[in-house]
Amino acid sequence: MKRYQKLLFTCLSLVGILSTIGASTSLVAQNKEKITVYTALENDQVAVYLPMFKKEFPNIDVEIVRDSTGVVTAKLLAEKSNPRADVVWGLAASSLLIAESQGMLQQFAPKGLNRVRPNFRDADKVPSWVGIDAWMSAFCVNTAELKKKNVPLPTSWADLGKPIYKGMVVMPNPASSGTGYLSVAGILQMMGETRGWQYLDKLHGNIAQYVHSGSKPCRQAANGEYAIGISFDYRAIQEKAKGGPIEAVFPKEGSGWDIEANALIKKPQVKTGAKTFLNWAITEPVMVEYAKNYPVTAIPTKTAIPAGYPANVEKQLIKNDFRWMAKNRDRILKQWTEKYDSKSVPK
Amino acid sequence: MTPQPTSQILTLEDWIRRSLLFLILCWLTVAILFPIYQLVARSFQNSDGQWIGLLNYLEYFTTPSLSTSLLNSFQVAIASTFTSVSIGFICAYALTRTAIPGKGMFRMFFLLPISIPSVTHGIGLIYLFGNQGILTRGFFGFFQDRFGFDPSFNIQLYGFNGILLGDTLDCLPLAIIILTTALTIADARLYEAAQSLKTPNWRTFLQVTLPGIRYGLLSAILVCFIQAFTDFGVPIVVGGQFNVLATDVYKQVIGQQNFAMGATVSVLLVLPTLLVFVVNRIVEQRQIALVGAKVVPLKPKPNLFPDLVFFVFCGFISLVILSVLGTSIFASFVKVWYNLNDPRLLQFTLDNYNVNVAGSTGIEPFWNSIQLALYSAGFGTIVIFLTAYLVEKTPGWNQLRSFITFLSTLPNALPGMVVGLSYIFFFNLPSLILPFTDLSIPNPFNGIYTSIILLVIANVIHYHTVSFVTLSTALKQIDAEFEAIAASMRVPFYITLVRVTLPLCLPALSQTVVYLFVNSLRTVSALVFLYSAPGLLLATVAIVNLEDAGETAAAAAMSTLVVLTSLTIQGIYGLMTQRLINRSFGWMQ
Repeated sequence: MKRYQKLLFTCLSLVGILSTIGASTSLVAQNKEKITVYTALENDQVAVYLPMFKKEFPNIDVEIVRDSTGVVTAKLLAEKSNPRADVVWGLAASSLLIAESQGMLQQFAPKGLNRVRPNFRDADKVPSWVGIDAWMSAFCVNTAELKKKNVPLPTSWADLGKPIYKGMVVMPNPASSGTGYLSVAGILQMMGETRGWQYLDKLHGNIAQYVHSGSKPCRQAANGEYAIGISFDYRAIQEKAKGGPIEAVFPKEGSGWDIEANALIKKPQVKTGAKTFLNWAITEPVMVEYAKNYPVTAIPTKTAIPAGYPANVEKQLIKNDFRWMAKNRDRILKQWTEKYDSKSVPK
Repeated sequence: MTPQPTSQILTLEDWIRRSLLFLILCWLTVAILFPIYQLVARSFQNSDGQWIGLLNYLEYFTTPSLSTSLLNSFQVAIASTFTSVSIGFICAYALTRTAIPGKGMFRMFFLLPISIPSVTHGIGLIYLFGNQGILTRGFFGFFQDRFGFDPSFNIQLYGFNGILLGDTLDCLPLAIIILTTALTIADARLYEAAQSLKTPNWRTFLQVTLPGIRYGLLSAILVCFIQAFTDFGVPIVVGGQFNVLATDVYKQVIGQQNFAMGATVSVLLVLPTLLVFVVNRIVEQRQIALVGAKVVPLKPKPNLFPDLVFFVFCGFISLVILSVLGTSIFASFVKVWYNLNDPRLLQFTLDNYNVNVAGSTGIEPFWNSIQLALYSAGFGTIVIFLTAYLVEKTPGWNQLRSFITFLSTLPNALPGMVVGLSYIFFFNLPSLILPFTDLSIPNPFNGIYTSIILLVIANVIHYHTVSFVTLSTALKQIDAEFEAIAASMRVPFYITLVRVTLPLCLPALSQTVVYLFVNSLRTVSALVFLYSAPGLLLATVAIVNLEDAGETAAAAAMSTLVVLTSLTIQGIYGLMTQRLINRSFGWMQ
């Protein structure tokens, strides 16, 4: 009796002691400078980019808070009075414009700014935000599923609105996903508001699910869960490369797009590490990495256009007004939510 | 039994115990009452913190995209309660009133879902019943090719059906545990009487069996309702466009950072739960009174045909539970699920276990979760034992002790989402305003906001009630005379505590450790709001994030790790207690 009792008792007290020690060690402050970076870049991209920074600046401890564009934007705005982020990295420019209008951004000119394309940065001399690359809407289409259902490959937005695709399309919710918003904003700008909303009504009839991230529709298409996902270029090409029966479709009418951009957060004390990070984030080596994922980067590189893109990518981008996107974001999202989010189960 | 003070003069010891009791009161007030107050207060404020009365509620009920969720939640919770209690009743009946073989095995399978995060049920269901699910695709043509028939069927998983299935699985073990207990305490004499009166079986069932378990049945219904009504894991994965309250809280808070509306929805989530909780308390107290001293335990007799039916039914339910879990484990090893459509392309991989979340590669969230579970189990057991001990063994101060007992049972009525959200509100406050004054002081608890300590506290409070009840029951069973004798021999109370009370409570203590560990590992609802601190991403939260990004296979891999860990811990615990009970309590038999 005694032995087991003792054993169990020792185990219990060990758990207790260990938890006390563990809790106290995690509280010990670290000497390295710590910066908090909010980002909406994809997980798999961060996993490539970030180690480059850590290697070059081992003394700066980077804490990444990664989430979808909508969530990062909402979080940033919610923390307006007491910001936790030092730096925003790779967040939609249309979102950063909102933060700028709320006076949350600290103007800062990172080293090498002169090489950045003029339309990829804030127009002020010392910019509030500086872009790194552009991303755009693209469809992921599961060709095997389409064949099974005996419907043709959709090549345009107009195609997606056709009733033959009823219940086959998944789309990201624009309120939580940047890809969702740039697609909706793109449609409204291309077609004009009246025709745009009419088109969205038609599209809504074909939607099986609105999901919360821009990547999910593509992955669902790759898994065959639904035949067509409205997603973005990088994800479409990645999923195709994985070997599923996926086709990346760039709609004929053009793609809505946005810039992934960086900014410094206005705080009583701006950390030097934050500026170091922003300088690094537009240097040549990391720009080359961006270019491996997105063909259009803020500083042109010699990197070949990633396989799967149309030859003339820049023609694919529609005429886009970021200020309009930022100014009308609240209104568009409200209208969208009222129209499409209240429906419980899609019929 | 309340030990009476041996003399009217309070000793130093009494004062020590009383001051400890007072500290416990402070701890529970800070960890339960303050946050809940903040949550309720926020539902009456706009996003700038101005008092706006019921405007949030008005907005809620006049916005169809919000208010449909309330109805949806009730619908799906009532349906899940119905299915899980019905199935649970048949299973529990089979385990207690029939002579089927393999009861131990069935019981093990039935209780399996307790160790499984509810998100994992959802993932398993996607791989079984989703549009590319094994069953939806009719085993990918396996039967078609060999036997020429196609067993495929599509249940339209996403939405009501998926939530119903997942929550039924999630509630089933609760229903079975409660109903098995209720069915076990039957009086054989009543059945003998019925038999000698030649009462038909169906009548015996209606007039003896059902009335005998009525409180258990009601309790099962209420507990399952709460579970299904507040569940977050299943609807976030398979809910599709069918919004429920728990996912709405998440969307409002995480998706739109609309904290005021999040608080409002939370209050709507907690109100029905509180009501049900109160009813359940009354019911539970009645049930205890049912057990009389002269009850003769019922020994089921073999009866071939009914036994066969029950056996097949139990087998089928076990198969369902195992295949939902098994499918998600299987899926975690498949490289490209879609390739199952062509078996020649099927490839297995471990890639999914190299989960890549939030810039932190690998299985870091899993280790975080293990750490959190360890801390919660360690800290929780100590604090909750101390609470139970002081409540049971402190002389006098009856009102304070019953108030602490009340505080200790309160968390059972608080859904995880509500605990989590109220913690954000309270612990993130930069300063506290003293009530009825304009004075404000810096919030002394703000420091732990982004640390793991907050997560530990959230878990300990979330699972406080069951642990407290377990430990105080164990303490109540210890004869109060131990204390009286020790006191008369001038042995200080802490010596009695260490030498007598703690060793006698060992089984209950270890049970509490395991309970806290397993549940801290499994839960997602409270933690999904609190992990925001970088480097604190937890396994179950990672599962939700991965699934949100469409990385279902990686989510399945993380699920597998969680389930296997929790099963291992329970296995070890099972072996250890078996031995402990055999050795240390053998003399009692």
